[in-house]
Amino acid sequence: MLTEKKFNLIIVIGIFAFSLIGYVMNEPYFITLATKIVILGIAGCALNLILGFGGMVSFGHAMFFGIGSYVAAISAFHSMNGDSIDLIFFNFNGSNQMLFNWFLAVIFSMFFALVVGSISIRTSGVYFIMITLAFAQMTYYFSIGWTKYGGEDGLSTYVRNDLFSINTMLPLNFFIICFACLCVVGFILNWIINSNFGNFLKGCKENEEKMISLGLNPYTLKLTAFVISGAITGLAGALYVDLNRFVSPTSLSWQTSGELIVLVILGGSARLFGPLVGAIVFILLEQFIGEVTENWQFWLGLILVLIVLYFPKGVSGLFIKD
Amino acid sequence: MSLQLFIEQLLNGIQFGFMLFLMSAGLTLIFGVMGLINLAHGSFFMIGAFSASFVAGLTGNFFLAILASLILPALIGIMVEFSVIRKLYERDHLDQVLATFALILIFSEATRYIFGAFPLFLDIPNLLQGNILLPGEIVYSKYRLIIIIIGLFIALGLYFLINRTLLGIQIKAGQNDRQMIRVLGINISRLYTIVFAMGAALAGLAGALIGAIQSVEVGMGEPVLILAFVVIVIGGIGSIKGALIGALLIGVLDTMARLFLPIFFELIMETSQALSLGSSLASMSAYVLMALVLIFRPTGLFGKK
Repeated sequence: MLTEKKFNLIIVIGIFAFSLIGYVMNEPYFITLATKIVILGIAGCALNLILGFGGMVSFGHAMFFGIGSYVAAISAFHSMNGDSIDLIFFNFNGSNQMLFNWFLAVIFSMFFALVVGSISIRTSGVYFIMITLAFAQMTYYFSIGWTKYGGEDGLSTYVRNDLFSINTMLPLNFFIICFACLCVVGFILNWIINSNFGNFLKGCKENEEKMISLGLNPYTLKLTAFVISGAITGLAGALYVDLNRFVSPTSLSWQTSGELIVLVILGGSARLFGPLVGAIVFILLEQFIGEVTENWQFWLGLILVLIVLYFPKGVSGLFIKD
Repeated sequence: MSLQLFIEQLLNGIQFGFMLFLMSAGLTLIFGVMGLINLAHGSFFMIGAFSASFVAGLTGNFFLAILASLILPALIGIMVEFSVIRKLYERDHLDQVLATFALILIFSEATRYIFGAFPLFLDIPNLLQGNILLPGEIVYSKYRLIIIIIGLFIALGLYFLINRTLLGIQIKAGQNDRQMIRVLGINISRLYTIVFAMGAALAGLAGALIGAIQSVEVGMGEPVLILAFVVIVIGGIGSIKGALIGALLIGVLDTMARLFLPIFFELIMETSQALSLGSSLASMSAYVLMALVLIFRPTGLFGKK
């Protein structure tokens, strides 16, 4: 049994080592897997801020992931084919700069999280689950109908965006960029969770009445957490577009929301990096069972059921001692 | 547009509404009585359709096929309730969502393994093929009319079951106070199994009835499942009456939006764009209605505070 800090360190170093092994053995596919783990891990950790610490089960986080993806992809798309978006005050030409597209993705998903959150947080329990799902489904169907950006077929961006003068097309370089994002997000979330704000948020999950009697406003607390979570999920979405150089309505679908929840619970919702562990387990299972049998989803489902029934603290709960 | 077309589409909406009702009735009972969010309910819809098309292929008899679509999902429902679902009642919603999400993976993959990846077909029996002339010169598909009638009968049957039988009283009591009915000596785990099996059978029936209109394929249950969730949230969780009204509302709204929105957009843009924008906005309509209902009535139309 380990302390949480040591465990987190081992996990992060492990992921980095995995991609280095891929680099040394000249297996770029390993690096891609590690990158995927890191990106989905970022999204999962962001969801966990409201789900594990705030007690808000969002079944619509694919919305922020997908919005981040689409915003980044659309910006890259316009920069590539040179036609600009007329925004009344000025013409937006798109951009092939990662930093700028991340910024756009974060701003847009924050905005949507603010609107959706301010309505959804009025409800609670299963109604919260369903109203977040409803908003995500709206964006999903909207993306299917928006034929300008590919509609049902999705949108290809062909090349990765640029960051300074790094060659982002090299798998290891792109992995390191995503890994750096993970570290920054990890520090930010750790800081939030251990701040006063984080304690109040946990308090809202335990007992909302008590928070009110302490003179706090649970609605504002929860909404702030929801917006932060949405923004970070949007960043993950933007990174995912650069990884695949493609985005489709699938990234907005309810299955994606379900998978994000799976990452959180699989890894353990009580821990900061639980969802990252969830992403490792999920993607490696998908990979290795997929190599053995065509029907990997069956076995994946079986393993998930067993984990929920018999390891309610998730995989990280097996290693961490309080 | 002619009045005939409008009424035909209205009937299609009602037919779709009754199908949604068959799905939602089980879902809302399972949530109301056991407090379980069952994402795997769509799998019973799929299992019902597959068992019907399998039995129809074997015997050539549509009515045996419908029977199979009730019995097989119920049996599998009982098995799953015993092995997995039972352990989830006391857990929080999060664990239920994950476990039943995993059950979807298991059921879909098992079905794909048994029946292959290609869609199957279920033929409408000769007796129900073709159209019927309704009063007012309206030509309507016999089969869809039968679906509406079956839906009506099941709605009436459920009303009778809930309000006039011992089982119904136990179900209502279970929704109000689980501890109390246990104290009164009612075998609660048997009650749970019965409710779960009943829900599975209704979903299976819906799957078989729809399977004859569309194709029978893996993953057919999930879109209906998500809409059924919308229905029970609009109606208020646990309320059969709410499920019926919500289902008819969504059925008619969805069908009408699909009819009118493309026509409306054609006035202001070119045809192909209008079609795709119209149909995607039509798919959104149910969710917009749900969001509106939740904003003004956070526990649904007929839900308890």
